[in-house]
Amino acid sequence: MSADVELDRVTVRFGQFTAVSGASLKIAGGEFFSFLGPSGCGKTTILRTVSGFLDPSEGAVRIAGQDMTGIGPNKRPTALIFQNLALFPLMTVAENITYGLRVRGMSKADRMKKADELLSLIALPGQGGKLVSELSGGQRQRVAIARALAVEPKVLLLDEPLSALDLKLRQHMRTELRAIQQRVGITFIYITHDQGEALTMSDRIAVMNNGVIEQIGDGKVVYDAPKTAFVASFVGGNNPFPGHVSKADASGAVIDTPFGPLRGRNPMGVKAGDKAILFVRPEALRLGKGAPDATITSTVLSVAFEGNASHIFLKGAAKKDITLTVGRLERVTIPEQGVEAQVTYDPDLGLVLPEGSMARE
Amino acid sequence: MSRLLVYLIPLAVIAAFVVMARYERRLAHDPTHRGFFERNGTVLGLVFIGLVAFWMLMLVVLPYLYMVQESFHPKLVAADRGGPKDILTLDQYRSFFIQPTDGEVNTTHLWAFFFTLAISALVTFLNFAICYPLAYYMAQAGSAQKVRLLMLALIVPYWVNEILRAFSLRLLLASKGLINQMLMGVGLTDAPIDFLGNNVGLYVGLSYAYLLVMVFPLYNAIESLDKNQIEAARDLGASWFRIHKDVVIPYAKPGIASGCTMVFMLSAGSLAAPQFLGGPRTLWFTSIVYDFFFQAFNWPRGAAYAFILLAACIALVLLMLRLFKVSLGEAIK
Repeated sequence: MSADVELDRVTVRFGQFTAVSGASLKIAGGEFFSFLGPSGCGKTTILRTVSGFLDPSEGAVRIAGQDMTGIGPNKRPTALIFQNLALFPLMTVAENITYGLRVRGMSKADRMKKADELLSLIALPGQGGKLVSELSGGQRQRVAIARALAVEPKVLLLDEPLSALDLKLRQHMRTELRAIQQRVGITFIYITHDQGEALTMSDRIAVMNNGVIEQIGDGKVVYDAPKTAFVASFVGGNNPFPGHVSKADASGAVIDTPFGPLRGRNPMGVKAGDKAILFVRPEALRLGKGAPDATITSTVLSVAFEGNASHIFLKGAAKKDITLTVGRLERVTIPEQGVEAQVTYDPDLGLVLPEGSMARE
Repeated sequence: MSRLLVYLIPLAVIAAFVVMARYERRLAHDPTHRGFFERNGTVLGLVFIGLVAFWMLMLVVLPYLYMVQESFHPKLVAADRGGPKDILTLDQYRSFFIQPTDGEVNTTHLWAFFFTLAISALVTFLNFAICYPLAYYMAQAGSAQKVRLLMLALIVPYWVNEILRAFSLRLLLASKGLINQMLMGVGLTDAPIDFLGNNVGLYVGLSYAYLLVMVFPLYNAIESLDKNQIEAARDLGASWFRIHKDVVIPYAKPGIASGCTMVFMLSAGSLAAPQFLGGPRTLWFTSIVYDFFFQAFNWPRGAAYAFILLAACIALVLLMLRLFKVSLGEAIK
């Protein structure tokens, strides 16, 4: 059983501060949907509004078509997984998992049966009698998921639940979460500041900044065709070249930068004279000389070897360095530190976007 | 002769500790360990030990031990002390149950004893019922500014001395006091209600006197509870009642135990509130003890009564801790 979730022009204010402004979107039943953004962008506020801990100042949240205004978190068909998991330390694993059923008045025998079922779902069979403190980080994670799933919610809300885990475990839990979601088939709404998590797990992603949803789309769209400077700079690494647009038409735009004129696609229709930013991904840059309006000459500052790839940092125009990523198996000579190097890119992989706020590093 | 015990017992305990410490050191030898005097220097070390010893022996152990041995002696005039009549006896304890004068059961004192314990338990419960919502609000719900104001409002009345507080309550609750006049003015009652005679004043006074002693342990315990725990329970469908029953109270149990223990002990041993606010028929056990010391000059019997009360209180508290599965260590944290 899954339900669609609709945000209808949801605005949430705390006094003078607007945490979320005019968020409108529709999440389909059974979808794995992520809100991605830096801390303080309003994504947690959205989650708390959907779960019922906050009421929108304006607009409405609808779950399965039903307006949720005035319905408390204990009455909504949602379950929330907290960032710190918030497992009950004085209860055993099984008691934790079945707590939602206990408050619903389910008999102890039924609860124990349900606990066994859920424990095998999360691959912890027979561990119901343990205390939460006896489990490892990943196991606690799974207990939190089971506790939320036990009440058979139509929508599962996850507030950065993987952030406390170490890298290996985090990557493993991504796959596991996705698998669980596909098995139970309910709607997952996932909050994260980690683009890797959002990209690997989600059907669709909403990228947020300063309380505004900047773009909604699946991972490829958000990565390959960002609509704003913020999305381009927040999702994945990117090299910005700000400047004024000198030539623009539907096929592309040329932008005057300290490295000379540079060309890129023009999906947002910037016009000549506009302030704009050209974005080129580190993996789209390569060493060598290309077309004059797609070649940058600069000094190599440093080289970082990362195993499967090497990152070459060149002196950028502003404070930010230009990053170029070379795959391990690419047959190129990595330039030495301090030399002048030329790098180029396919103008189709350059993207000219209107000037806007950028993600902080 | 027996009075010598008062000095010998602490010395024996200290000697036992020294032996235990030696044994321990030999058992788990740690070459990096530096002795107490090595770390602090001889002079400072001696000063530390001297101060701690003075505190423990002179201010804590000896007075109590003196009282204990006193309670096992008969009441004597100064001339007879140390003489042939100065023997060890259980008479003082026996007198609590059987009147020494007529051999009858000592109903007055027994009744006062149970009354004191029962009322103290009631006051403890009342206090908890008042303080729990207050502490929860301060620890989890209220904004920082409101909590500060509330704390101030809680603490400032305690700058007023106990006697003044008790008497002003008395004025408030007297038959021609403010509350009765108000009730009669509104027409809720024709005749004044005898609050003081019915011990209402006593309950109110005692509850009020130890409010802070209950609020702060509760506040400390609840304050460290992760808000997400409460929200998680709520999100899983728990009502407010269930959240408190399943999440907050189990978590705050050590604080509750600590607050209840202190309020119970203090109210069972309180003197001012029962004397000024208790009804005319009310006999508080500490008043009896007080009278033995200062009216009858019967120190041995007063001491015996005081130790009976102390032992009963400790036993009750330990029983309660056992019942609610709190360890003593948690409760005095």
